[in-house]
Amino acid sequence: MKALDVVLWVVAPYVALTVFVLGHVWRYRYDKFGWTTRSSQMYESRLLRIGSPLFHFGILVVLLGHIGGLVIPKSWTEAAGISEEVYHLVAVVLGTIAGVATLGGIAILIYRRRTVGPVFTATTRNDKLMYAVLALTIVLGLAATVMANIVGGGYDYRTTISPWFRSIFYFQPDPALMAGAPLLFQLHALSALLLFAIWPFTRLVHMLTAPVGYLTRPYVVYRSRDEQRAGARDPRRGWEPTGAVTEHRSK
Amino acid sequence: MKVMAQLAMVMNLDKCIGCHTCSVTCKQAWTNRAGTEYVWFNNVETRPGQGYPRTYQDQEKWKGGWELNARGRLKLKAGGRLKKLFSIFANPLMPSIQDYYEPWTYDYDRLFSAPMQADTPVARPRSLITGEPTKISWSANWDDNLAGAPELAPSDPVLRKVSDQVTLSFEQAFMFYLPRICEHCLNPSCVSSCPSGAMYKRSEDGIVLVDQDRCRGWRMCVTGCPYKKVYFNHRTGKAEKCTFCFPRVEVGLPTVCSETCVGRLRYIGIILYDADRVTEAASVADEKALYEAQKSVMLDPHDPAVIAAARAEGIPEDWLEAARRSPIHQLIFEYGVALPLHPEYRTMPMVWYIPPLSPVVDVLTETGHDGEDAGNLFGAIDALRIPIGYLAELFTAGDPEPVRAVLRRLAAMRSYMRRLNLGQKADESIAAAVGMTGEGVEAMHRLLALAPYAERYVIPKAHAEQGAQLEELATGCSLDYEGGPGMGGPFGEASGRPAPIAVENFHALRERQAGDDIDKAHQLRGRVNLLNWDGKGTPDGLFPNGNGKKES
Repeated sequence: MKALDVVLWVVAPYVALTVFVLGHVWRYRYDKFGWTTRSSQMYESRLLRIGSPLFHFGILVVLLGHIGGLVIPKSWTEAAGISEEVYHLVAVVLGTIAGVATLGGIAILIYRRRTVGPVFTATTRNDKLMYAVLALTIVLGLAATVMANIVGGGYDYRTTISPWFRSIFYFQPDPALMAGAPLLFQLHALSALLLFAIWPFTRLVHMLTAPVGYLTRPYVVYRSRDEQRAGARDPRRGWEPTGAVTEHRSK
Repeated sequence: MKVMAQLAMVMNLDKCIGCHTCSVTCKQAWTNRAGTEYVWFNNVETRPGQGYPRTYQDQEKWKGGWELNARGRLKLKAGGRLKKLFSIFANPLMPSIQDYYEPWTYDYDRLFSAPMQADTPVARPRSLITGEPTKISWSANWDDNLAGAPELAPSDPVLRKVSDQVTLSFEQAFMFYLPRICEHCLNPSCVSSCPSGAMYKRSEDGIVLVDQDRCRGWRMCVTGCPYKKVYFNHRTGKAEKCTFCFPRVEVGLPTVCSETCVGRLRYIGIILYDADRVTEAASVADEKALYEAQKSVMLDPHDPAVIAAARAEGIPEDWLEAARRSPIHQLIFEYGVALPLHPEYRTMPMVWYIPPLSPVVDVLTETGHDGEDAGNLFGAIDALRIPIGYLAELFTAGDPEPVRAVLRRLAAMRSYMRRLNLGQKADESIAAAVGMTGEGVEAMHRLLALAPYAERYVIPKAHAEQGAQLEELATGCSLDYEGGPGMGGPFGEASGRPAPIAVENFHALRERQAGDDIDKAHQLRGRVNLLNWDGKGTPDGLFPNGNGKKES
């Protein structure tokens, strides 16, 4: 096993994941105010209305596809009666459609960002880096799929890349699995690791606060003034002072 | 019955001269920052006119507020929760900066840097959005004083509801000003639209606020508010809105817009309402019944049952006392002259208006009649249905009767008080004609015309003991907060959330009592407050001293 393999497929993933987790913790504690989508819809909405849903719905399907391909072991899908051929067909067709939608979406969004004056003015260097890494990851991922399946004879990443991916989370990383994968898949994985490492420091953090809680909470939110008083803190559970309400009631 | 207190405002439109002092002072206090150039928490619109942002009252276009679904239940006009989440990537109902206006500044530097030339140099306008030279074609108040009315006023969504024939004669008849702030609604559709739950209604005083730390910039509140009084800060990517100047009202001061109002036309006070009945009242099928429905939610602060229920909810005694003296309650109920703005949006707005009578008097005087004679005035109010129709579209979902009743009361007050001013005998029949007594008319006159400061603003203070209960008097250990003791977060000294004030005080006191050097006491553990540092040099204590190292 070469040292480079260990660096690329053991050290790099752990560094990226550590930065991803701790970076988010740090960002959430110190920069809640900066935790936003930084939407530019006010400046321009015609291109955004096509590009943004195309990209976001595309990438959500891509995300689901990655969960299905990387997290769920091949033995499970086979136990469920899904043969490799069926899985492969569904993955390639859905993956290509979603990938093309995502790529088209981000192409429109980057074009918009560059050509619409106010949007470009509001673009930070951080944004530019993020767009470059994100676009690179998407292009490499789509290229790997297209090259392996449509041009080549097909590549069963579920026997190599997926076990490697899961081995990281078992804390028993197996770099040999990944070292033998095709170059495009390797590059895609590396650019994804880079994306995870810069993620907490970009506007991508908005994904972690996707507002799914909206579906279940009551419409009108009430909050007490006291929660936000400077320096105030809630008493520990079981230590709430007594008579706080009766005090001024009896006045 | 769940009694809640609500800070509310009434504006007397008869006294608004359209000077925009409220807008300007508000802007200086709250929105003079980059990203909020176009944001006017307070604005004054000329009616008829398009309003700000343009045609915001056209809810068929903007879909703000609530509507009833087929089963008669309330739903957000822009769509329910799922629809909101699916349109989150590009909100189709969000106004663009062009619907407000592109803010600009002037190239003042050119006045100084231009070379010697025959012509005087000109400071050209530059867009604050792009930084490029721009042509100013619209602004927050482009149609002020009916400017461009022949072209612009026909697009007034309120005017379009009133028939065409009315429009022409109406334009010649009058205009009036409508100052607007956030309505701090009882049934806020902006709060209900916020996917992240960052917007909330304060349970103590009903002020609607945006938690800047929780807002993620999903922009649904802008769509949800039918008054378009939630704005998107395009620099920070967060929503911002009128705060009812909560730092001021918490200590008993009126809002900046009220304090600086030249015409003294704003009233602030407390209203008690039954929170359990808000949804029911907002769901009344007939739009014209919404005005009465909202009144029915508000409680009588003199009713012993209400007082008892309010005490059970923990509303302090001085707040109940303020509710009994509330000018808002008097104007809505005792004098019955205040009306809500667009009750048909079903948000239960809490900034109410006394509709203007002045144009009626002026029109009447122009025709050669005595404009303030009670008989003439009553007749004129009924004859001049044009303004009543327009006012009714603004304040009572198109029902002219409540507006007519208010205008008759205001007219009666004028006639009654004129007799007194001219030294004639009080004519009780004028008051009786509008269901009041002479005494009541004089009291209303005192509140509306003299408008003493202490009667206009009855604002109970926030309760210090509620804060103290969480701060100094807490029974927990003063060091068991997040990150303590040692005051270091995971990233070293001074990281983590700010220490509670009590802990800072504790350490400062201990330094003073136990420290070798009395000077060290105010150095606050060797650190400096960066908020007061101007960025020049390195003041003592900017970096902590090592132990035992001699201080310079």
